[in-house]
Amino acid sequence: MNAKHQQGPAGYRGYDRDTQPDYLYPPYASTVKRSPSQPLVPMQATLSEITGPVFGFDRILANDADLTKQGAGDPIGERIVVTGRVLDGNARPVPHTLVEIWQANSAGRYPHRRDNHDAPIDPNFHGAGRTITDAQGRYRFVTIKPGEYPWRNHYNAWRPAHIHFSVFGPSFLTRLITQMYFPGDPLLEYDPMFMSIPDAQARQRLVSTFDWEHTIPEQALGYRFDIVLRGRDETPAENPFAA
Amino acid sequence: MYTTSSQTIGPYLHIGMAWAVDPEFAGPAVKGERITVEGRIVDGDGSAVSDAMLEIWQANAQGRYAHPDDTRELSLDDGFMGWGRVTTDEDGRFRFRTIKPGRVPGANGMQAPHLNVTVFMRGMLKQLVTRIYFSGDAANDEDPVLKLVPESRRDTLVARPGNGVLEWNIVLQGRGETVFFVI
Repeated sequence: MNAKHQQGPAGYRGYDRDTQPDYLYPPYASTVKRSPSQPLVPMQATLSEITGPVFGFDRILANDADLTKQGAGDPIGERIVVTGRVLDGNARPVPHTLVEIWQANSAGRYPHRRDNHDAPIDPNFHGAGRTITDAQGRYRFVTIKPGEYPWRNHYNAWRPAHIHFSVFGPSFLTRLITQMYFPGDPLLEYDPMFMSIPDAQARQRLVSTFDWEHTIPEQALGYRFDIVLRGRDETPAENPFAA
Repeated sequence: MYTTSSQTIGPYLHIGMAWAVDPEFAGPAVKGERITVEGRIVDGDGSAVSDAMLEIWQANAQGRYAHPDDTRELSLDDGFMGWGRVTTDEDGRFRFRTIKPGRVPGANGMQAPHLNVTVFMRGMLKQLVTRIYFSGDAANDEDPVLKLVPESRRDTLVARPGNGVLEWNIVLQGRGETVFFVI
């Protein structure tokens, strides 16, 4: 009998091959001194890893999911709706989980003391949002389309427009921080962070899709971005998506 | 379905993450031995990592996780989530206060008290996962996870008392490199 069955709840499957970047990816220069040189130690999930923090709705305020309503006036830029579902690897919605986002303003500037890019700060745009998924795993933000900006990784390096996403899911093992990109961005293929993901289809899944359904007439274009967290072990009979 | 790819938290993490940063994980009513953990994160050159975030996940003093999958009949503490988030300062230092967790079951017997740690930073394309154990705890010798780690590297997972706090550091690369797990 497998040890994890003695503990009760099932463990989580590993990551799909080539969907995750390595720690060391020299084209992204900062990984060179910040990646472990020793192999990671493999271990079985225990109760410590199949559990994780549970956030209450009490910590979310009214305008936390509308980044255009957090200042005294309207922020500059193109208003957009960003929406999608958080699912697990077994295609089930992940309800009531915390989703946090942050991003640059429409000029490609972060309101952060370490961002010295010569582009204007927008006093009406703070660049952070958070929400909790509904019972079907859905989330929705209203924000401003972020600008591209230069960085110093290599000569003439520019980050494609992106929104940072942080998601918890039901356990310590499902924790994910990623970035959502925009369709048709010419900078994607030159971006070491995007290109650090070995599998081209996995990369493409970080690119949001334009979405008429969530576009609000005369108000905002809609973009859709679904997030899939690690799924629990299941027997093939229970899981129609198992290989 | 394929798991969404990870990307780095980047240098401006504070914008999105700061609202939930709080070095006090346990309110005054939470039962258990109070501990303060302090440390520093350094890279392969020994330079301070001033833009890292740590998230800690832990059981309460009874060894119970505040999560629906921990169904054991052990009491929970009101208002103790068992989770906290801190960031490093200009010198790569972090500090948090909590209670020492109790023992929880593992794959082969009970585990020694430990804190589960997730590490994020610019220059790291996906999180690293490690653990903090407690120096001098008799249960460490029988902990099934510590046994997986070469004896010469186990020290990197153990917080040691000094100046009224527990010191635990992260060395990302090279001499004294911290043990990280893949689960």
